[in-house]
Amino acid sequence: MAALESGKRVRTAVVSKLYPTRSHTGAAQGGMCAALANVEDDSWEWHAFDTVKGSDFLADQDAVDVMCKEAVDSVLQLERMGLPFNRTPEGKIDQRRFGGHTRNHGEAPVKRACYAADRTGHMILQTLYQQCNKFGVEFYNEFFVLDLIMGDDVCSGIIAYEIATGELHVFHAKSVLFATGGYGKMFKITSNAHTLTGDGPGVVYRKGLPLEDMEFFQFHPTGLYRLGILLSEAARGEGAILRNADGERFMERYAPTIKDLAPRDMVSRAEFFEIKEGRGAGPDKDYILLDLTDVDPEVVETKLPDITEFARTYLGVDPLKEGVPIVPTAHYAMGGIPTNVDAEVLRDHTGAIVPGFYAAGECACVSVHGANRLGTNSLLDIVVFGRRGGVAMAEYASTNPLPDIPDDVHVHTEEWLRSLTEGESEESPHEIHTILQDEMMDKASVLRTEESLLDVLETIGKLRERYGRARVKDRSKVFNTELVEHIELGYLIDMAEALVVSARARTESRGGHYREDHQLREDDHWLKHSFISKAATGETVLNYKDVTLGRYEPVERKY
Amino acid sequence: MDVQLSVLKYNPETDKEPHFEDFTVEADPMERLLDCLHKIKWQHDSGLALRRSCAHGICGSDAMVINGVNMLACKVLVKDLKQPIQVEPIRGFPVLRDLIVDMEPFFAGYLAVKPWLITDDRQHDPERERIQSPEERERFDDTTKCILCAACTTSCPIFWADKEYVGPAAIVNAHRFIFDSRDDGGAERLEILSSRSGVFKCRTAFNCTAACPRGIKVTQAIQEVKRAALFDSL
Repeated sequence: MAALESGKRVRTAVVSKLYPTRSHTGAAQGGMCAALANVEDDSWEWHAFDTVKGSDFLADQDAVDVMCKEAVDSVLQLERMGLPFNRTPEGKIDQRRFGGHTRNHGEAPVKRACYAADRTGHMILQTLYQQCNKFGVEFYNEFFVLDLIMGDDVCSGIIAYEIATGELHVFHAKSVLFATGGYGKMFKITSNAHTLTGDGPGVVYRKGLPLEDMEFFQFHPTGLYRLGILLSEAARGEGAILRNADGERFMERYAPTIKDLAPRDMVSRAEFFEIKEGRGAGPDKDYILLDLTDVDPEVVETKLPDITEFARTYLGVDPLKEGVPIVPTAHYAMGGIPTNVDAEVLRDHTGAIVPGFYAAGECACVSVHGANRLGTNSLLDIVVFGRRGGVAMAEYASTNPLPDIPDDVHVHTEEWLRSLTEGESEESPHEIHTILQDEMMDKASVLRTEESLLDVLETIGKLRERYGRARVKDRSKVFNTELVEHIELGYLIDMAEALVVSARARTESRGGHYREDHQLREDDHWLKHSFISKAATGETVLNYKDVTLGRYEPVERKY
Repeated sequence: MDVQLSVLKYNPETDKEPHFEDFTVEADPMERLLDCLHKIKWQHDSGLALRRSCAHGICGSDAMVINGVNMLACKVLVKDLKQPIQVEPIRGFPVLRDLIVDMEPFFAGYLAVKPWLITDDRQHDPERERIQSPEERERFDDTTKCILCAACTTSCPIFWADKEYVGPAAIVNAHRFIFDSRDDGGAERLEILSSRSGVFKCRTAFNCTAACPRGIKVTQAIQEVKRAALFDSL
């Protein structure tokens, strides 16, 4: 979206680790919320209220207003670009229910999610790629960004590794926007693609710039058992029910009003508690059942075809006949590169910016999702803030000179790559990655304590040392994917450290961050965003920035 | 269980010719072939080059020839494959390394059919969405599923013989717009597809339909485009 908006205004290139249509936006299923009121009465203020409440009051309310107000135009803009939304009988964009989205401040679920079957993200990705080609955006596919060029604290380009040839390239640019996605691959069970390793935030963190709200990571309640592959919340939007081993609809106990459509953090936590208290299903009592058998089979086949196929293909379970085994799956990073509402990257917790540098989407933190993102708001976030960032970066590029960069700007990166491919080592990066994923899942996922976090932090320290000794065995230039994975693992270790340090410091429970040893939300002390950065000495430094409140005063979150 | 695999390997920096290498990995019958390839890469042969991302059949990165048939490595389970499992790169594009082929010609074919909505915006009220009935929307639903994995195009015998042919995937994506009631570019695309490299090259071998991991009726879509090119004024 950013490339499209920027490309309409100034010469723009997309530098992408993957072919653009391989990006994980394409895996988003359920929809994109906007108060179109095509099916039921709705207003953007209600959407804003739900987003703020869903965020456990950590979202900045001025930014939420921007997103929810611009949601309507964003959906209409996508439709005009050709996005094939499902339609109402009258031919308008159809809408359906989604977790945490309600009518009139929590009265009842509302039909707000605009969708294209259960492949809304796929259609957004395809449509934006098509439009970028139409408008002549240039693409550098399978180029891996390794560094940000910063002179005089102004961003002036990037350094990227061409995976097909092993060559380094300097992209000298007036403005740069990161849209690199999340870092769910630090957890054992995740809905994230193999390639989601926090590369963008990793580059930023190594530059000594801060990352915001890293302790908040969302676990989606319905990942396929053992695999983590996502089954959309749209299933519950269409009437599916979560059941424990006794067949009980347990969400009635946790969220009496909206039950299975409670926000994801609450449902995932409820599932963890059910399993912990011995009511999990299956021989090992370690999963929950998603029951679609009471949903009209026609609706399942036509509105949820992909997730039905996932259950059949990967678990051999037919959702029309039996419950689908599911568990919470690491899904979405609420934290990331701090930005303002124009996607300008913040230098620090005071709000100062890095001129010429922008970020949008999951890698960024505006913050519109606070401590817990509502379903569909990620697609909305990428479109709204992608567009704003694209406009802003083009405007900046049109009105500022191209900064000079030194001739040897790539040397540091070149030496780093050489060091990874020199000498021999018995260390196994795969083993390091596996230990990281197991430990993060056990000790820093849905339930956390001081003890578990301290424990995993020590492990991360040891893994970092081992990683420092590990070397890439493959010395080829052409498609050295071992080197790519090796670099990705380094970013994951950094992201895990930032997450755990931020989580240890926050001695309260809020949204996706739940401390068994501090179970209450403490607004007096913790109504603030964390900013973690890394000093040159390797020490982590935490600062805080107050939440921007607005119409909605924090109250206890009940559904 | 032990799983035997035979993988076609080629590193242009060290090999003259592609050659098969055999591997044995420990895997559960419910695991994906992609999981086995990862085990090879992470435990035996770190240099093995393949593309993959989402690992559940959505991103389209890992189309390969698996036991002679085009499939996504992340969408086929070990229990459904005869051993030793033979794994080769998709056919018809230059092999760059191991299971990775040059995808540039594939995307060039895709872009040749102008795969974006072409409209005369003055006809539409810019304040709201265009109206499209559920039936009109359903008309092109099947071809919106395409993930550009190239399984169809690289299974097509006509494409193997004639690299000028745009191939099934490009036609599928043209179909997605030609039959979209909101699109005004049908005639333009049909003209492109009526050329020598276009839709009439198809000899209905049906390989494409069999290969599509998304279950798109590819051959049917191609036939509909042929009919539109011959009979419809659109």
